Amino acid sequence: MKVDRSLPLEYSTQQNQMNILGFWVFIGAEIMLFGTLFAAYFVLGDRVGNGPTGAEIFEITPVLFETFILLTSSFTIGLGIHAMRKGYTKAMITFYVITLLLGVAFLGFEVYEFIHYVHVGAGLQTSAFTAALLTTLGTHGAHVTFGVFWGLLIVYQLIKRGLTPETANKSFIFSLYWHFLDVVWIFIFSFIYLKGMV
Amino acid sequence: MDYFERFAIPHPSPAIYASMVAIGLTVIAIIVGLTYFKKWGYLWREWLTTVDHKRIGIMYLISAILMLFRGGADAIMMRAQMAVPDNKLLDAQHYNEVFTTHGTVMIIFMAMPFIMAFMNYIVPLQIGARDVAFPRLNALSFWLFFMGAMLLNISFVIGGSPDSGWTNYFPLANNEFSPSVGTNYYLFALQISGLGTLITGINMIVTILKMRAPGMTLMKMPMFTWSSFVANVIIVFAFPVLTVALTMGTFDRLLATNFFTTSDGGMDMLWANFFWVWGHPEVYILILPAFGIYSEIISTFSGRNLYGYKSMVGSMVIISFLSFLVWTHHFFTMGQGALTNSIFSITTMAIAIPTGVKIFNWLFTLWKGKIVFTTPMLYSMLFIPTFTIGGVTGVMLGMSAADYQYHNTMFLVAHFHMVIIPGVVFAMLAGLHYYFPKMFGFMLNEKIGKLTAWIIAISTLLAFMPMFFSGLDGQARRMYTYTESTGFGIWNMISFIGAIGFAIGFALIVYNVYYSIRYSPRNIGSDPWDARTLEWATPSPVPYYNFAKVPHVISTEALWDAKYNQHELFPEKYEKIHMPNNSGVPFILGCIFFAWGFSFVFSMWIPAILTTIGIFICMALRSLEKDPGHYVSVEEIKATEKKMRGVQ
Repeated sequence: MKVDRSLPLEYSTQQNQMNILGFWVFIGAEIMLFGTLFAAYFVLGDRVGNGPTGAEIFEITPVLFETFILLTSSFTIGLGIHAMRKGYTKAMITFYVITLLLGVAFLGFEVYEFIHYVHVGAGLQTSAFTAALLTTLGTHGAHVTFGVFWGLLIVYQLIKRGLTPETANKSFIFSLYWHFLDVVWIFIFSFIYLKGMV
Repeated sequence: MDYFERFAIPHPSPAIYASMVAIGLTVIAIIVGLTYFKKWGYLWREWLTTVDHKRIGIMYLISAILMLFRGGADAIMMRAQMAVPDNKLLDAQHYNEVFTTHGTVMIIFMAMPFIMAFMNYIVPLQIGARDVAFPRLNALSFWLFFMGAMLLNISFVIGGSPDSGWTNYFPLANNEFSPSVGTNYYLFALQISGLGTLITGINMIVTILKMRAPGMTLMKMPMFTWSSFVANVIIVFAFPVLTVALTMGTFDRLLATNFFTTSDGGMDMLWANFFWVWGHPEVYILILPAFGIYSEIISTFSGRNLYGYKSMVGSMVIISFLSFLVWTHHFFTMGQGALTNSIFSITTMAIAIPTGVKIFNWLFTLWKGKIVFTTPMLYSMLFIPTFTIGGVTGVMLGMSAADYQYHNTMFLVAHFHMVIIPGVVFAMLAGLHYYFPKMFGFMLNEKIGKLTAWIIAISTLLAFMPMFFSGLDGQARRMYTYTESTGFGIWNMISFIGAIGFAIGFALIVYNVYYSIRYSPRNIGSDPWDARTLEWATPSPVPYYNFAKVPHVISTEALWDAKYNQHELFPEKYEKIHMPNNSGVPFILGCIFFAWGFSFVFSMWIPAILTTIGIFICMALRSLEKDPGHYVSVEEIKATEKKMRGVQ
């Protein structure tokens, strides 16, 4: 593989460039995936059947925690990429580990939130609204869970192999993924929670 | 015994038991044959673990042709059942299963892989690349498609076939009205193969954007590459919608949620919307690459460059955009307002404009051309008038007011078969004859090929033209029988004769392959058709590294320039070539996905969890793996080239 030293490490081989472009295209597909879920949620949002409405079950506290945690994690992974560009592998690994811990914390609050929903009688089978709500949140949560495992593998490789064109490429793509999850969350926060609570 | 009872067929018939025996015997024959001829190692090393885009293309091709016969057998059963009034050949339930499987198999597991076969094989060659951007993912795409196809196909011997139509409309498809596991098979087979298709979409987009030969700008790409590019962009935007719809359908059936129910807030029309937001662009995913193949063939055998290259590209881009704006025309009669119907009526009919542009471009390419009537060209010539019949009747259906008359009749069935068969199937057969020498190093027999083309074209008219008339007379689709007094008998009998014609035509294609393997000359050189684009600059069959030297391109027709305009196609020296290594992971992952789908179909939760974990373990192993690929040395390239071309 030819390595072009004039480019940032993550872009330095042709395969790396293709990986990154491919991931952007994949994000295009992910936008459609979440777009479809949002469309379903908008259609089914007020079709609550005999179950509760959004205003009745949403709690602002865990949602605010989740939002702050996820936004912070997007910031820390940005610092991680900054450290990578500077060649500070140790700082980079530290920021990645912090990001993943924040991801786990986010999941913790989300699990609490789901338990709360089931507790107040808003389970998956209650109504079309709850099904759409839990599926949309669940898909995002599943992405975060997947991301935590993926991030662990990347941290492992960074420790084991150091910063190479390959690991830099993987780390960069992972950061794109993580930022994307944050963007999706902003939409969830605005159009599911805020819209549902007013 | 309870555990095994669920695998039983809910509506058995002698035909299904006979199929079980036939499947069993075929599997045993394959296993015994592979063992006897000691081919297991060969199969594993050369095919199951291959990451070569050409071999993957050929595997797609073989699967597509197998599925063509599977779906074709269903078609003949249907037409035989309908041939005479009050026929007792099939009962209503069996008929439902047959038309559902026919539609699903033909669109998802025949037409799609047929397109994928050509995309995989031709696109990297046309752009002068050594492989696709992500060779392993490409292999994974194929195995996901293949396992999805197998999952749907075992449904009719284990547990029961899907029976709620290929559109799988809820709430009909829900547990209440479709209690057998057939619909679960449908949901998981499409989910798994759809995942494969999405991966191909990403792979092809990156390949086309990043791996073109020096000098090949976007507007110098051959037309088939352009059409594949547009189709893959549609794939990336359409398939996630299907993924979500299928997931919600699965939740409704397995977890008793209320997405598409009629109680607890569920909305049955949501399925129809999602299905067709994917389903309508899907039509253009199929037809655009087919148009690309016609463009290549018509230009080659007219001896002219393609008329209106820019308008061809532009019309495809417009079609891809419009394809997302017309989905509602699939349910004009299901109770939306007049305004909605009008809007979708107009967007639907607007598609006729760019499509017309393409038809005229082909006609102008023919004009003043030196036309050579080879088999691929004959298919292309038969395509234009037959497809136009299909297209014009589509505009008729697109008028929402008139659609209240035609909807749910055989008129509709006739329309889309008159579009899909000339549009996609003719193109695939034309492409098969056209690219056969490139793929296998010898040509298909022209005489048999032309006879087949005529038989298939006449059968198309025989089978589907009568449906226009019986449809206008009021024959509803998906009815398994009718009385004599309706007068539909004669039309359906003609259709049945057409179906037999198709059977003869496709049997002749098989015979042609057999005949050509035995008798066709092998020394045909690299460019038997005097073609114009890069893929014909490689030896036939193509060495696994494709191009010994990187080609340099100056126009859309690099090879033509090299042959007749003194353009030097390969100005560089030999260099060692980097190639990816084979891998068993895609195949193994495909097998795990098969088991995963099967476990969910029967709600076997423990294997479902285990296979899910297995999938993630495979992905983790892939992430940790270091695979630098390998280099082909200059000596090896020179030796291979000498063997294949007879010269250095």
